[in-house]
Amino acid sequence: MNSDRPVFLNLVQFHFPIAAVMSVGHRAAGVLMVLTIPFTVYLLDLSLMGPEGYEKARVTLQLGLVKLALLLALWALMHHLLAGIRFLLIDFDIGVGKAAGRRSAILVMVLAPFLALGVGALL
Amino acid sequence: MSRQATGLRAWVLQRISAIYLGIYFIYIIGHFVFDPPDSYQAWSGWLADPFVAVAMLLFFAAVLIHAWVGVRDVLIDYVHPIMARVTLLTLTGLSLIGSGLWVMRTIYLAGATVR
Repeated sequence: MNSDRPVFLNLVQFHFPIAAVMSVGHRAAGVLMVLTIPFTVYLLDLSLMGPEGYEKARVTLQLGLVKLALLLALWALMHHLLAGIRFLLIDFDIGVGKAAGRRSAILVMVLAPFLALGVGALL
Repeated sequence: MSRQATGLRAWVLQRISAIYLGIYFIYIIGHFVFDPPDSYQAWSGWLADPFVAVAMLLFFAAVLIHAWVGVRDVLIDYVHPIMARVTLLTLTGLSLIGSGLWVMRTIYLAGATVR
């Protein structure tokens, strides 16, 4: 019998690798975007109902709280898109391995907020 | 793809829809940055173009497939009580199908009004 058991795991000292954090972010961003689908469809419908509907949709998109939500959704999109490209490249055996995976995960985490802010400023 | 490989079917669908979504998002963000519609006429006129309308319908089809596979994975991983899982999966499926039907109606009517 192995006398080293039971093993004490200090959960406070656990650190998740950056790739794991990025991967959880990919899932969270995906779920967040799924929740925006009904609102997106509603706004699309409103904007196409006629000139008044278009105006209503335009005004709605200018509201402070909505703009903040849009920025969050843009971050979710950019993070999900970049992480998705990373996963696809790994499917094709590009960037496999601990060091490469770590570097690309950091790149995704850093680039996504910048892209979100950049696109948000242009829109 | 055979019945024994249901996971493979979802895996392939997730990747094909992902590629279309990625390309479409780059196209739509580019359109709104470089040539944003400035009036209802410009906006509805753009969407009355059959290529624009069909590309958007395909986009929503890809979104619904991608969202279904993704949410199903998340629910299977984190929601273990079977009744809660089935309920959430059912609600997800119904709201995705409902959103899809609503979008089809919206885009169809947008094309029909301009005509």
